Amino acid sequence: MPTTFTPPEIDRHHHISDGNNGQKPPTDKRTGGNGDGDGDNFSNRPQGHRGPRERLSQARVGLFFALGGDLMFFVALVSVFFVTKASGHFDAYSHFINEWLPTAIPTILWLNTAVLLLSSVTAEVARQAMFREHDAMDEWFGIGRPISKRATLWLSLTLFLGGLFLAGQWAAWDQLAAQHVFFRTNPSSHFFYLITITHALHLFLGIIGLIAALMFLQFSRSLSTRQVVVDTTVWYWHVMGILWVFLFLLLEYGQ
Amino acid sequence: MSRLTDHRTIGFGYLLLSLLAVLIGTLLSLAMRAHLAWPNWPLPLHGPILPEEYLALVTMHGTLMLFFVLTVAPQSGFSNLILPAQIGSRHMAFPRLNALGLYLTALALFTLLAAFFVPGGAPIGGWTAYPPLSETALAGPGQGLGMDLWLASIAIFSIASTLSSINTLTTILKLRCEGMTWQRLPLTVWGWFTAALLSVLAFSVLLAALLLLFCDRHLHSAFFLPAQDLVNGVLLQHHGDGSPLLWLHLFWFFGHPEVYIAILPGMGLTSMVIANFAHRRVFAYRLMIATTLLIGFLGILVWGHHMFVAGLNPFAGTAFSISTMAIAIPASAKVLSWLATLWRSRPTLSTPMLFALGFVSLFITGGITGPILAQPILDEYLHNTFFVVAHFHLIMAMAGIFGLFCAIYYWAPLLFHRTLSEPLGKLHFWATILGAYSTFLPMHFTGLAGEPRHYAQLSGVAGPATDLLQSTLPLQRHITASAIFLVCAQLPFLLNLILSLRRPAQHLDNPWQATTMEWAPNALTPHPTEDQTIVYREPCHYSDSGKEFLTQWSTASTFSPEPE
Amino acid sequence: MQPPQAISPTHGFWNLPIDAAQHGHTLDTHLLLNLWIALGLLALAHLILFLGLAIRKRSARPARQLLVEYLPLAALTLLFAFLALRSERLWAAQRYTGADLSAMQVEVTGMQFVWYFRYPGADAAFGNTKLSLVAPAEGNPLGIDPNDRYGHDDFVTSQLVLPADREVDLTLRAQDVIHGFSVPQMRLKQNAVPGQTTHIHFTPETPGDYAILCTQVCGLGYYRMMATLRVLPQPAFNAWLQSHEAAMTEASQ
Ligand code: HEA
Ligand code: HEA
Ligand code: CUA
Ligand SMILES: [Cu+2]
Repeated sequence: MPTTFTPPEIDRHHHISDGNNGQKPPTDKRTGGNGDGDGDNFSNRPQGHRGPRERLSQARVGLFFALGGDLMFFVALVSVFFVTKASGHFDAYSHFINEWLPTAIPTILWLNTAVLLLSSVTAEVARQAMFREHDAMDEWFGIGRPISKRATLWLSLTLFLGGLFLAGQWAAWDQLAAQHVFFRTNPSSHFFYLITITHALHLFLGIIGLIAALMFLQFSRSLSTRQVVVDTTVWYWHVMGILWVFLFLLLEYGQ
Repeated sequence: MSRLTDHRTIGFGYLLLSLLAVLIGTLLSLAMRAHLAWPNWPLPLHGPILPEEYLALVTMHGTLMLFFVLTVAPQSGFSNLILPAQIGSRHMAFPRLNALGLYLTALALFTLLAAFFVPGGAPIGGWTAYPPLSETALAGPGQGLGMDLWLASIAIFSIASTLSSINTLTTILKLRCEGMTWQRLPLTVWGWFTAALLSVLAFSVLLAALLLLFCDRHLHSAFFLPAQDLVNGVLLQHHGDGSPLLWLHLFWFFGHPEVYIAILPGMGLTSMVIANFAHRRVFAYRLMIATTLLIGFLGILVWGHHMFVAGLNPFAGTAFSISTMAIAIPASAKVLSWLATLWRSRPTLSTPMLFALGFVSLFITGGITGPILAQPILDEYLHNTFFVVAHFHLIMAMAGIFGLFCAIYYWAPLLFHRTLSEPLGKLHFWATILGAYSTFLPMHFTGLAGEPRHYAQLSGVAGPATDLLQSTLPLQRHITASAIFLVCAQLPFLLNLILSLRRPAQHLDNPWQATTMEWAPNALTPHPTEDQTIVYREPCHYSDSGKEFLTQWSTASTFSPEPE
Repeated sequence: MQPPQAISPTHGFWNLPIDAAQHGHTLDTHLLLNLWIALGLLALAHLILFLGLAIRKRSARPARQLLVEYLPLAALTLLFAFLALRSERLWAAQRYTGADLSAMQVEVTGMQFVWYFRYPGADAAFGNTKLSLVAPAEGNPLGIDPNDRYGHDDFVTSQLVLPADREVDLTLRAQDVIHGFSVPQMRLKQNAVPGQTTHIHFTPETPGDYAILCTQVCGLGYYRMMATLRVLPQPAFNAWLQSHEAAMTEASQ
């Protein structure tokens, strides 16, 4: 677990028992972080504005649910994949007809997958950089922007690799088109395109996220905002990477 | 925080949208009812209603009411208005995301309404849009551009609901104030929480299904089409052979949780309001939390009960029947708890309480037919008859709307800084509950007589079928008359709103003597800097006599000695 | 063919139509049991509700959870389990197994907005059909393949005629969209799904004319997608069948 910019000894866990009605539970005295840039006394701020740890975990929880929903979307697609693969009908002469012709997966997808995995590594380096406590201290005190610089570098690399992946996917579609395999061609190609395109759309969102993160690194004055944006973007990127591995294995070996 | 991303603005926005939707949906239902009782009656400015127009009315009525009224108002609307205050927070977790949700919902609503005005008109396949009827414009008027708009609207709506639910979930998880442990959360919050969980799971699946249907319609795939299909003399040969049943599975995997999304917030509110006015603790509070979650969980496992006679394997029918019967148990536990809370409590019968009691009554009446429908052998007779229509209008339409009314009357001091008029409110209640029962109870009987849903007319071709359906005509007229009465019964409500809003704002300090956090002083002010919000106890803390109570925010530790 | 005697279409407190199929009696008994129980619970619950509101508060002690919540809940659970079990037995009896081999075969095809009924003819076998051969104007609404000899004696009607007291095995098909095949007086309902054949079997008992309705919305003419089921006593049915089979052999020669 990377450290966030909150001195841990102040971040108390308190337990509130029920039943002892009337007893005032301990007050949350978390401090630290760069909040909204107005004043340092965070315990006077309303909930949700009391420092970076709080905003960070909030953003992560939101992302968690969003990805949970998204996962259900792909679960539905993959279920339909298996149902369609197994379905067939008897024609007028009692022959069993199954139109499913496995789509030959262009080998460039292996390369794309490697690129995407690599981009996850660079993204992770950027994310870790954001939480290097020592440097973060410097940055908070306004002594240069060491971590933002590092993160910018690694995120740009991620952005590049992500772009490369999308370009690679595009090349794969091109190759298939050259072999006259289109979305319409047969049930299996429906899924090849459906899965790769919906995933590419998600990755495209990730790219927008990366660009946004880069902008924040450049222009945002609040360290915690930068941390939150980078952290969520990178987590999103990781999940899309893992998801792709599953989808790719499904297309490669599951057809 | 800017005005546009303020959760209360957004909450009111959602309520206005659903008010618009309910107005249109109600007018459509009146047209339907009029047509069923008097098939030749010309709609003013329009003329007689054609069969396909009748189907478009039903489809749009169901879609508007279910999605844009009963999903939007209780779940997105009131959760924005009340939830933060109830958990001692001053805002929602993601204000911008929240605003985006509202704009997308509005876009979805207008996309849906646009379907009325395109060539071919609105879709005619019902809110369930079964393929192949929904697959091609050849299948009927309204199944062309109208259907596309419907698909687009629901897809946008799915995204909006997911966003709004992510926001709700994160808010509940992360923004509870100090001392607000899970067991101290009001049951309303538990309702919103469970409904939001269901939304996140279910709407994504619906979105996938919509995408696939869209591909079938425009890209020649055949996920939901058999290898060959002859529609209107045209042989459709798409690539692949899918099955219409696949859509049914995906749709109902969403559709059943959806109906619980519509009712769970109402259940939570009813529990709290009953306790409030009975001056009692909610009976078996923890069990209520458990049953809320259990209903949510089981709700995911029962979708096949809409498909008993749709062509499934009969063993699947048995399995879904058992899971459906199981869901009646936590629902019954809730009913028992409401009854126990009320038992000899001598509650104050203010308008919000009346609507909560009405909710209980309608939930029982509508719910009790659920287990009947859940038995495949009986559903074989009852499926797609008006018996089902009666079931879901009582439990969903009426109980759900009663939940909404309860919310408006109860929280009016927080929403409008005024209470609504009690005499008008009571008139509204009595007229509405009378109208509700008088409209929807008889539908059980026309259904038992065999009247199918979606029939534009009850006299198709002369013969035994028409004889059978015509025998329900007297009841049809009664139902229609009652429906008109029911709609008129809403006039006191509208009048009440208008009159109250014209009165000057009052300062009301916890007028219902409630115990939950939304009534704390300053609970609604955006940035209270001086006092921290702290919760000290579970909600509904009343003395044994019910004369005294401790709010969740009160620092007092015991009741003052009971006065003799 | 005798005309049906005039009976009012529905009867009794619950407004059910008469039931004319063999499995209808047990189904009705179970349905009525359910309905009365529901009405009873409904009344009981409201009684408790009103009494609870009306009775003066005597004791302030909170009621015991076991007594008030868990015991009634257990009772309701038993009740639901009992009903579920009873209904599963009926469901299994009707659906878990196919029709008897000696059952009469009829194929039912739904299309916008008519029902067609195909009888296999003297050879007791249906000929192939192809959607590409469908030509209602030429008298071949089902697309029966003329090259398939099994199809030569098949005959198609727009009225379903069945003998009393003999089991029938219906094969349900749909040409275009999903249709719902429903005969309220036979307590029967099953959807016909395009691309799929579904079997359903039952035994009509009482001769008479009965309503066949479409119960799955299928387009603008959905409300008039009706047909008649005519149940004839065995001898009358045989006469009817023979006249049709004779007509077919004549036509194919
Ligand atoms: C929430 C859901 C809801 C509501 C409220 C209603 C309300 C009504 N409905 Fe409907 N109905 C459906 C959901 C609903 N319905 C669905 C899902 C279908 C199936 C569609 C399909 O098959 O595709 C259906 C179908 C349906 C049919 C079947 C048609 C057919 O199959 O042939 C009929 C027929 O009588 C009908 C009638 C009515 C009537 C008379 C009302 C009247 O009660 C209307 C009176 C209105 C009110 C009492 C509400 C007023 C409320 C307010 C003013 C509060 C607003 C407040 C805020 C928004 C803050 N409805
Ligand atoms: C808010 C919405 C809502 C809710 C809560 C429910 C609740 C239930 N529903 Fe309903 N249902 C719908 C909305 C809803 N339904 C809609 C919209 C449709 C039609 C969709 C369409 O086709 O368009 C439908 C259709 C539908 C069907 C399919 C019918 C068909 O198409 O043939 C079935 C079948 O099993 C079913 C079952 C149930 C069950 C078992 C419950 C249970 O959860 C009910 C639990 C409640 C109780 C069991 C009552 C408890 C009270 C007591 C037991 C009394 C206690 C007594 C004493 C104390 C004495 N519903
Ligand atoms: Cu055919 Cu409905
Ligand atoms: Cu359901």
